Amino acid sequence: MADALLELDDLAVHYQVGSRFQGGVKALKAVDGITLDVKPGECLGLVGESGCGKSTLALAIMGLVAPTRGVIRLEGRALGARPDRMETARTVQMVFQDPYASLNPRQTVRRTLADPLRLHGVGDKAEIEARVADMMARVGLRPEHADRYPHEFSGGQRQRIGIARALILRPKLVICDEPVSALDVSIRAQIINLLMELKDELGLAYIVISHDLGVVEHVSDRVAVMYLGRIVERGGWREIFENPRHPYTRALIAAIPDPFRRSAATADRKARGEIASALDPPPGCHFHPRCPLRADVCATQAPALEPIADGHLAACHFRDRTG
Amino acid sequence: MKGGTSLWVGGGLVGLAVLVGVLAPWIHLTDPVLAANLMNAEIPPGREFPFGTDAQGRDIYSRIVHGARISLTVGVISQIANTLIGVTLGLTAGYWGGWWDDLVSGLTNLMLAIPSLIFALAIMAILGPGLTSLLIALGLTSWSYSCRIARAQALSLKSQGYVQAARILGYGDLRIMFTQLLPNMLGPLIVIATLGMGGAILAEATLSFLGLGIRPPYPSWGSMLSEARDQITTAPWLSVFPGLAIFFTVLGLNLLGDGLRDILDPQSVARRT
Amino acid sequence: MTTPLLEVRDLRIALDAGGRSHDAVGNVSFSIGRGETFGLVGESGCGKSITALSIMGLLRSPLSLAGGAIALDGREIQDLPAADMRRLRGKRIAMIFQEPMTALNPLSPVGRQIAEMFVLHERASWKEAWERAEDALRQVRVPSPERRVHDYPHQLSGGMRQRVMIAIALACGPDLLVADEPTTALDVTVQAEIVDLMAELCAAKGTAVLMISHDLGLVANMCERVAVMYAGRIVESQAADAIFAHPRHPYTQGLIGSLPLLSARSRHGRQKLREISGVVPSIVAYPPGCRFNPRCPAMTDICARDVPMAESLPDGGLVRCHHHG
Repeated sequence: MADALLELDDLAVHYQVGSRFQGGVKALKAVDGITLDVKPGECLGLVGESGCGKSTLALAIMGLVAPTRGVIRLEGRALGARPDRMETARTVQMVFQDPYASLNPRQTVRRTLADPLRLHGVGDKAEIEARVADMMARVGLRPEHADRYPHEFSGGQRQRIGIARALILRPKLVICDEPVSALDVSIRAQIINLLMELKDELGLAYIVISHDLGVVEHVSDRVAVMYLGRIVERGGWREIFENPRHPYTRALIAAIPDPFRRSAATADRKARGEIASALDPPPGCHFHPRCPLRADVCATQAPALEPIADGHLAACHFRDRTG
Repeated sequence: MKGGTSLWVGGGLVGLAVLVGVLAPWIHLTDPVLAANLMNAEIPPGREFPFGTDAQGRDIYSRIVHGARISLTVGVISQIANTLIGVTLGLTAGYWGGWWDDLVSGLTNLMLAIPSLIFALAIMAILGPGLTSLLIALGLTSWSYSCRIARAQALSLKSQGYVQAARILGYGDLRIMFTQLLPNMLGPLIVIATLGMGGAILAEATLSFLGLGIRPPYPSWGSMLSEARDQITTAPWLSVFPGLAIFFTVLGLNLLGDGLRDILDPQSVARRT
Repeated sequence: MTTPLLEVRDLRIALDAGGRSHDAVGNVSFSIGRGETFGLVGESGCGKSITALSIMGLLRSPLSLAGGAIALDGREIQDLPAADMRRLRGKRIAMIFQEPMTALNPLSPVGRQIAEMFVLHERASWKEAWERAEDALRQVRVPSPERRVHDYPHQLSGGMRQRVMIAIALACGPDLLVADEPTTALDVTVQAEIVDLMAELCAAKGTAVLMISHDLGLVANMCERVAVMYAGRIVESQAADAIFAHPRHPYTQGLIGSLPLLSARSRHGRQKLREISGVVPSIVAYPPGCRFNPRCPAMTDICARDVPMAESLPDGGLVRCHHHG
């Protein structure tokens, strides 16, 4: 697809861990062969639990870790081994999980927002001033607070500053890494609504990384589910949430506590046991030790990500079995 | 009281020492070097000479007042040198990692394994006595402390979200080190530098005492102690007053360091707010 | 009326900060019956965790118990000497924490830490205690418990460690289990399993549960009754089914309206989430009157002036609001 903003083609990031002297060097396959694309103005939800590789994937897209294999294409251009970070910075930006650790405590809001502009060649003082004020207003901060330091703001306001920083260079794609999970519950809706408004106003594309399926369902156009470095299922949000085909997706949905207790029938969909270490994933389908559907073939053959319907793919030997 | 007693007492003592050093030419009674007069030799403290006189008849008070200049200059300049070396090495090592980190860490451990005074002695022996060689010797030999602090801080700060954000915004490595890392590690570095200043003043005294530091007739507290050692029983004031000057200045610097640690530690700030 | 297992009356917890004393928790009253599961929900800083610590007798400076009573089986325990309180903890009231790694001894095999409970509280011999520890691990469905008893905490995954914590907590068959955010540090699919396990074991042993969490959905799903705390006070308590269906306090209503609930979009399409304006107040600057008033859509003059009383609802719940609907 030529019109994709971001394309990942068989992307893999492996880390060497351990030492030659203690137990030997092992390859940690944090991301292991991922093919994805994001179109302009689209929101892709990326779901997965710890060790699934979603954070490494984000770093690779930002050009902060080098892929072991595969290609990342931004607006059709493949990122080389040493990507142009300035160019990437103007196209992709990131919103972080922790609004406390993600702002420099010694920089005012103005400096946090103005420095990147200067760095990227916006020299005119008045223009910088105007863009900082405009961005602060857009994210719901009062421009007259520009000279305050992060500790003078609440958690929700800090996250707004983090969003303003991500948008100041007018990127086309924003990766939101767990954008609300560190915030107070009563503040989350403000930030989610803000992200959705900004997306429409500025025509942004998002990758929203989250383990909160409620959030992912609310914001996403398409959803990809990751487990131990691989995508196990992807498709439109409606297919993923109404007709999930991978047992892991079903287990994730069944794991959400249902306050209305309609979920009596989902007990057999839940996953058993613990997530394996990404250093030593189970052979075949990584999910098979926890899977309610597992058969002998699952332990020996890794299922490929294959289509069930148009745009809906699942990597399961029993992808055709519903319910 | 913000910062507590140690900050104020320490700041007061150090401030007094600095003030005395700056005002030395105006508050001295006689010239510390030239006003030798054998008629006045070894007069005990009294009305005319508040701290007494030495064997050449020079006023001890005036010599101590001028000695403050030398001691503080040595303390400040050698610590600036140590901090610059230590921070440059530690910051880059912690941020870049890899072989450079291995090299710097190895060098730091080597420096810590050699007593810095012995190292300084060796440098002094090569360069010969004098203020310049003293500054070089002390400024090159105890950067390992600030280097370690800077490296540890860089290691922990570089995984913070705002450093990642800066990289994503296209900041270069040097810009990240200067704008994102350095401002956030200044607190502990200032503390270490303050404490190190006390150490440098003591080291100057030791080297001068051993005859390798400031050469007579110029007054440094260490060289005064060195000269006074033969008369310690007959003219104890010769050693007592320079000794007290060193004691209170170093005490003041250490208290100041502790006090600064309390107010510059971000955790203690968080506790208070 | 039978005596409840745990009764907390007018609990007040003071926080000393900068030479001044603030009420971190005030007017908190609730009771838990034998074998009942009770949930305490609120955001960080609302006082739910320190309420739990006060029940365990574990408040430490700068926090202190400033008033009220905590009764276990009708006997007040808030002023018990430390030694008596120690005997109570573990034997009759047990607690599990959010991060099991900080609650487990890193230098001792997990089997020994479970066995210790039997030796300490039931005067079992070490040999017998080790056998029972293995059984306890089997009960919390740790695979191959005969090997795992010898493992140290760092050798186990987060979920396994929380299972060990549950085994330790339930070892002596306590009457009450206090669970403070027991699954917050865990992955979603692991959380579901741990919650089920906790519910199942407690039901089988007749252990009452005080579950503390920020996750209203999780608590409503697991508990029979739920109390919602805001800024140091309980603002509403109701049966779990009722609280989602008919929340009475504007804060609870706001919370439920602001959650992007699973499958809400499939049913109603994407709707803008209802926001609760403003921020959570800090302990040192609670607003006067109803503490939710600056953020409340139904706020009137009286809300900023008078502290609302806890009013009983016809179906047994309580709500603390001048305008509850």
